[in-house]
Order: sequence, then C-alpha cells, then structure tokens
Amino acid sequence: MADEVILLDFWASMFGIRVRIALAEKGIKYEYKEQDLFNKSPLLLQMNPVHKKIPVLIHNGKSVCESSIIVQYIDEVWKDKAPLLPYDPYQRAQARFWADFIDKKMYDTSRKTWATKGEEQEAAKKEFIEVLKTLGGELGDKPFFGGDNFGYVDLCLIPYYCWFYSYETFGKFSVEAECPKFIAWVTRCLQRETVAKALPDEKKVFEFVSVLREKIRVE
Amino acid sequence: MAEEVKLYGTWSSPFSRRIELALKLKGVPFEYIEEDLSNKSPELLKYNPVHKKIPVLVHNSKPIAESQVILEYIDEIWNNNPILPQDPYQRAMARFWAKFIDEKALATRMKANFAEGKERELVTEEFFQQMKFLENELNGKDFFGGETIGFVDIVAIVVAIWFPLTQEVLGVETFTEEKFPVLFKWIRKITEIDVVNECRPPREKHLAYVKARIEGLKSASK
Repeated sequence: MADEVILLDFWASMFGIRVRIALAEKGIKYEYKEQDLFNKSPLLLQMNPVHKKIPVLIHNGKSVCESSIIVQYIDEVWKDKAPLLPYDPYQRAQARFWADFIDKKMYDTSRKTWATKGEEQEAAKKEFIEVLKTLGGELGDKPFFGGDNFGYVDLCLIPYYCWFYSYETFGKFSVEAECPKFIAWVTRCLQRETVAKALPDEKKVFEFVSVLREKIRVE
Repeated sequence: MAEEVKLYGTWSSPFSRRIELALKLKGVPFEYIEEDLSNKSPELLKYNPVHKKIPVLVHNSKPIAESQVILEYIDEIWNNNPILPQDPYQRAMARFWAKFIDEKALATRMKANFAEGKERELVTEEFFQQMKFLENELNGKDFFGGETIGFVDIVAIVVAIWFPLTQEVLGVETFTEEKFPVLFKWIRKITEIDVVNECRPPREKHLAYVKARIEGLKSASK
C-alpha cells in the first residue's frame, strides 16, 4: 500500500527542519505544504486543533503533532532504515532526556538573544552560551551526540544552527569564539546531505528575524 | 544479576508519585529515598546535575531523570503490564496528551490559580478549553489507556488528585463535575484503583502542605 505522507511546515522553523531531516534520513517521499503562520489554513487548524502549530505530519490521513513526537513516530514506523534513536533502552532514555533539555532551554533563551534588548538581552546571551556549554559537555569527544552516528539528539539540535547568524548579529556575540567544539560538531552535521539540504540559508532567516523584530518592535 | 532500583523523590510531587505507580504496576521492587528539596542530597546532585530535580530513577547505578523519560524507560525494561501502546500512532497520541498535560494544563492551572481580574477570566477560559480537549480524548473509554490505565492516565493523575485538592484549598469551583462530567467519571474510576491510592500523598498531610505552599507563594508575590 502506498503511504501518503504530508508535512505541514514553515520554512524557517527549527522544529519543522527536524522532521524534514528525519524524513530525508529514512528516504520517505512526502508532500511539503508551506504554511502561512499569520493566516493559518483550515487544514492546519483541522489537523492540529489543540496547538494550531507546525510541524504536523499527516500519515495516511492521520495527524501527528509536536516535532519530537513526530520524529519518534517516524523512527518507529520506518524502523528498518537509518535508526534515529539508540537501540539500548538506557541510551534511548538519555537521548530523550537531552532532546527534552533542548526543547526546554534552547527556544526561549535563543529567542531572547534577538527579541530583547539591554540587560534582558545580556542575560539571555549568557544563558544561551551556558546551554551550549552544557550540551558541549554532553557531547564530549564523541563525533555526534548519538556517538559515532548522527542521531536523535543531533537532529533535534542542528536546526537551530541556521538561526545562529541572527542570534550572533542581533546579540553581538560569536558562538565559535565561546564554544569552538560546538561549531566543530555543527560542521560534521552539515557534511550530511540530509542536514545540509534541510537547513535554509542563514541570511534568509536573518531577513525573516529582522521582520519579526520590527513586528514586535524591539528597538 | 540482582536488579538495583532506587527512586529519589518527594512525597508531595505528582512527578515522583507517578514513577512509584509505574514501578508498583509492574511489580518492580525499589528503594525509595525521600529528598529534602531545601537541602538536596549529594546523590541527587550527582545523579541529576543538569536539573537537580526529582524524580530520578537509578537502575543498577545508572540514573535517568525527567518523569516521562523515566516512565518510558520503565516500560521498556519491564514489559509486563505495558504502559504505552504497541502501535506507533497510538504511542504518538499517548505522548502528545502526556506532553499536553505537563506542558500546558499544569502551567495554565497555576496561572489561573493566581491571576486576578480580567486576566483570571482569560486564563480560566483557556483552562476550560484545555480540559475539554483532554475530556474529549476519553471518548467513551474507561481510561485514556482503554480498559486499563496507561501512560496518559498515569501522567493525568495530577489532574485527578492534585487539581481538585488545590481547588479545595483555594476555595474556588472552576474544575467541576458539572462542567466536565466525563473527566470526573474518569477521576472516580482511577481513584478507585488500589495501587493508585497506594501511591498518592496522604490527604490531610497533602492539604496542609498545599495550603502552606499557596500562602507562601501569595505572600512572596506581594
């Protein structure tokens, strides 16, 4: 039976990018439907009535929401290729823990590096670097969070990279200067075709963030 | 090899209690260590250096933190009395509702408890909508897990026990059987289960604790 896979997404969303990478890793054919987040489509509202957010995966008519849940779903359905989560239950628990850490810490902190100013922005920069350092500590000397292979935690984190140029420009700091090992990990991830193709151009993201800043009137 | 299972928790935390319940449901013997959160033990800080929070499960000296992560781990290691469904779509749904409860419902409830005036009205309305979504998920079933309790039921015990108790202390009546008949029917069913009652804080002690916490929070915000 042919699978029908549709992804409701927004081009710059770091959460949507996770799903795109997962689908690419598994070689799954799907239809990408770009959503206008300022004018949400009836399809999006029907498929995610609770949160009204992207990404939403629609698999044979049934919707799955929340990026980390979608990625785990993809890993469990298309389980014969390119495993994303580790096989060992303890390693799997650690992967889920770090994905949860990324979800709890990265978004709000990183957002404040461009959406705030003055003292609030300075505090956000410090916290953001701390988050990256904590992640760097977990990475250690491994090539990927998954060990030798690119995996779930790498996939959850790498989409943020296309936003780094915006954080660094508006926040006036450099991730490479503060966390060089982190950038080394980024480089390794970008060598994967699935990742390189899924990340939008950071300058395009910067233009988008500039528009957002005006909308929320930061200056 | 003998299994060594330790749970670091606190008697009043719904996150800690849900782990006790999962272990008891599977008949897993464990050592429970009560933590004093105002004076965290060196073990807790060693086992959860990132968040320094309970609950932490330590299985053969290996720590796992974050209650939902722990629940999934327990379900994978001890596969009798399964907590999560086998089907990937059902699993995704279970994870979705569990996340919804912990990330949305709890936060909205907290805000609704302390908001005033117009904000209180808005947040209470948001809370109603969220509880309606949750209630609809029951959809004629006895439990979120179907005929027996599952992942969402275990996580939702915070709604079954902690929400009504806090409401009692605050003297409000927003979360009522009249508004949520299906959810309250579920609350009755789940709180009739022996093992659920074995894993809940003792009522009088819990009431006193919540009262003291709320008073503390109210005076801190002034």
